[in-house]
Amino acid sequence: MGITFRKETFRDDYTFRNSPEHIRRFPFPFNEDAYMYAVNIEPHVVGPKGSVLENLIDVDEHYVAEMQDRALVLAEDPLRCQSLPHMTLAGWDLLELLMEQQALGYPEHFTLERNGDRWRWINRPLGIDDTFTFGDTSTLPYGPMEYITRQSQGDFCILDQRDGNLWMDAGMVTTQADWSLDFDIGMNFFEWHAPVPLAHEKGIFTRALKFLTNIQQGKPARRLNWTMTINPRLDTSPENYHKWGPDRATVTPENVGQKVHLRVELQSFWRLPRSNAIVFPIRCYLIKMDELVTQPKWARRLHRVIRDLPEDLATYKGLTRYRPTLVEWLSKLDDVSSTSPGFGPD
Amino acid sequence: MSTGTTKLDVVVSDVVPVNELVTRFHFRRRDGELLPTFSGGAHVVVEMRDGDRTRLNPYSLMGSPLDTREYTISVRRDDVGRGGSLFMHRQVKPGLEMVISYPVNLFSLDLRAKKHLMLAGGIGITPFMAQTSQLAGAGGNFELHYTCRTASLGTYADVLQQRYGNRVKLYHDDREERIDLDRLLSSQPLGTHLYVCGPAGMINWVRDRAAALGWPPETVHFEHFAAPQPGAPFDVTLAVSGKTIRVDEQQSLLEAMEAAGVDPPYLCRGGVCGQCETNVISSDGKFIHNDHWLSEEDHRSGCKIMPCVSRFEGKSLVLER
Repeated sequence: MGITFRKETFRDDYTFRNSPEHIRRFPFPFNEDAYMYAVNIEPHVVGPKGSVLENLIDVDEHYVAEMQDRALVLAEDPLRCQSLPHMTLAGWDLLELLMEQQALGYPEHFTLERNGDRWRWINRPLGIDDTFTFGDTSTLPYGPMEYITRQSQGDFCILDQRDGNLWMDAGMVTTQADWSLDFDIGMNFFEWHAPVPLAHEKGIFTRALKFLTNIQQGKPARRLNWTMTINPRLDTSPENYHKWGPDRATVTPENVGQKVHLRVELQSFWRLPRSNAIVFPIRCYLIKMDELVTQPKWARRLHRVIRDLPEDLATYKGLTRYRPTLVEWLSKLDDVSSTSPGFGPD
Repeated sequence: MSTGTTKLDVVVSDVVPVNELVTRFHFRRRDGELLPTFSGGAHVVVEMRDGDRTRLNPYSLMGSPLDTREYTISVRRDDVGRGGSLFMHRQVKPGLEMVISYPVNLFSLDLRAKKHLMLAGGIGITPFMAQTSQLAGAGGNFELHYTCRTASLGTYADVLQQRYGNRVKLYHDDREERIDLDRLLSSQPLGTHLYVCGPAGMINWVRDRAAALGWPPETVHFEHFAAPQPGAPFDVTLAVSGKTIRVDEQQSLLEAMEAAGVDPPYLCRGGVCGQCETNVISSDGKFIHNDHWLSEEDHRSGCKIMPCVSRFEGKSLVLER
């Protein structure tokens, strides 16, 4: 059967949409009517059919358009993809992981043939059919990490593990929520999390680091994170702040439904076998308010979450400017009835 | 969520005596598939079912990480240990079905190093077998200094010299050959990382000299491969599960808990990973701490114990398990 890939844009005319099936599979991140940080990490195991967890590496209807958008970002700013010299082996680890998972989950779209270290990779949606030698960088058009992450949805950070810490030593980051790989490259776990409010006081990062450094091969983990974005823009980077930051001032009661998007990151954590590094895929899902409120439970709950969000969290997530307009708009869809437990729509 | 590793169902595909003390064991997957890829320095935990007793011991993988058709470990016979190595030597034969853990690496290479300087003592050579294979395959720069008691007990010394020539230097105790450690450590190029695996005395000596000679701590890597030591039996109350158990002479506290159906998380079973750290609720007696995880302060306080390697002597011990 296969996925019907949409033709759409994440910039300029912003033609991005979710189909009705994709609205229902959206990874809504709130399982109760309030939000606070927690160490919400769980095993990354396969979830229900028809959900974004049906496969451990999810490919959806936005795949082709997202890869085209990534190519545009990289053409303007090659530093979105960086790999320090000692991270090449981890790049091969990641190439293997993503090829195996995509071929396993979507055999109609991807095929991996392995004959010793001679590998053939067929990516039908992007029209790629390459044969290369695993481990020999000269047989690919890019380094192994760049090659495969130009063909995989989501951002990817590869964290080297040493001295009891994790180091941001490689990554492909073009769909980020206002952080910069070029700024963070080479930093350790505490350094790159320094700007996050509240969580340090709660000791969350110390516990999270302890957990992450003990992630074992064959036992990946995951968590959800969220923010909001005005217009369906994947590349909300600090480098391009001048292009998207002012959009926050354009929200009006009339355009909330079309302009305001909930942005959810499915973050997963995997031990890589050869390099002993951790790869941290950050998969971004966008949904516009008009789409989200087609599920009444989500509309009610999002209203309560955004209304009651602590001020410093709202500031950190960049919602301050349009929060009153959004809350007012959502309040009309909240009939004050109770919401069922769990994330999913009713 | 609990930590720990996935298990692998394997069959012993070969048993090869290497010298009078060391035997090598080969494992393949029972389903004929490839084993998981691993990185040099990784270990697996081998489950030994010996009658109604189960021992779990960690052993470094010593094959090439590039070959995942089989895993190999080398086990040195310890005639006064808890019996794990004797079980391996006497009872494990080709065809035996066993369970091992997924590989875990607590002694990985720092791939930023311009040069890897490796120091091995005795059976501490095993993680370097895999690390040198990994580095040689990728054109890495390494040098291995290997101390053994006699030439005949220099496990894999011949193989290593054959593979890597003068990148391997041997030192035999019976010929009174000693590493000139200060000279070696003082003559390394910038960007060298140091790795040491061997008896505790050797590890301490190398770490002390490296520190004295100004090596930054993050460039000095070491792996203690201390197996749990036997000791006098003792009784323990597990307050959370409401059980009182006896730890036998040849059993570790962790194994005794597991035998009673209490399963703390673990990775290394050698006192280094920290997973099985357990709070002490009360005690009347003396702790025998054998781990490398807790701080000296923790050891003195008597508030924590690592049940994988540490023991207790005295009247009563109550743990939060």
